[in-house]
Amino acid sequence: MALEVNGKTYETDEEGFLLNLNEWNEDVAKALAQGENIDMTENHWEVINFLRDYYNEYQIAPAVRVLTKAIGKKLGPEKGNSKYLYDLFPFGPGKQACKIAGLPKPTGCI
Amino acid sequence: MSEEMDMDEGGTVKKFMFVNRKAPYGTIYALEGLEVVLISAAFDQDVSLAFLDDGVYELVKGQNTKAVEMKNFSSTYRALEGYDIEKLYVERESLEVRGLNEDDLLVDVQVLSAAEMGEMMAAQDVVISF
Repeated sequence: MALEVNGKTYETDEEGFLLNLNEWNEDVAKALAQGENIDMTENHWEVINFLRDYYNEYQIAPAVRVLTKAIGKKLGPEKGNSKYLYDLFPFGPGKQACKIAGLPKPTGCI
Repeated sequence: MSEEMDMDEGGTVKKFMFVNRKAPYGTIYALEGLEVVLISAAFDQDVSLAFLDDGVYELVKGQNTKAVEMKNFSSTYRALEGYDIEKLYVERESLEVRGLNEDDLLVDVQVLSAAEMGEMMAAQDVVISF
């Protein structure tokens, strides 16, 4: 599969995850979010940027439980909980947010 | 894996040890083993990791995979803490014959003698080798 943004083609897997992490940019993220029916707000970007930092540091997309805990640690308990994250990403912060962030599907996510 | 996991019974926590014996690159064992460990964290079991033989190289600092064109996944071992996997055992003899010590490793570990490692393995419910 492929995604077209500003006239450039980006390869994705069959579920729409970007194949080449390094090709990611904010416009690609917006296009990926649109495909998920998500209007990107500042709160969405905060999670996306957190995920990208996490990936840069650990080379994996975190499991939802780990993401929730890590966000709570960094951004406070009002954001480090499932309700907050599922309100932002209704089909699962692991899957949807990782996709928008240009990361691979989280390990163990089915 | 053929082991019974007793997931349905709820509350049964087993001691799982994942044994890593191979160098990080060249075969897929180390990376696959690490992925299994990360997945196992979701099941609330008592998980530990053991590193023996060339497996100790998986934890060595300063890995550079550019020339072999493989992903350097060594920093993922530092994520284990966030997955509440904090029991990492390394065999002293395996370190010594490779001229390594605890300071060469990128995560905090407990160094055990071969005999202590044997006891640790004997105390597990399930031992899975990679």
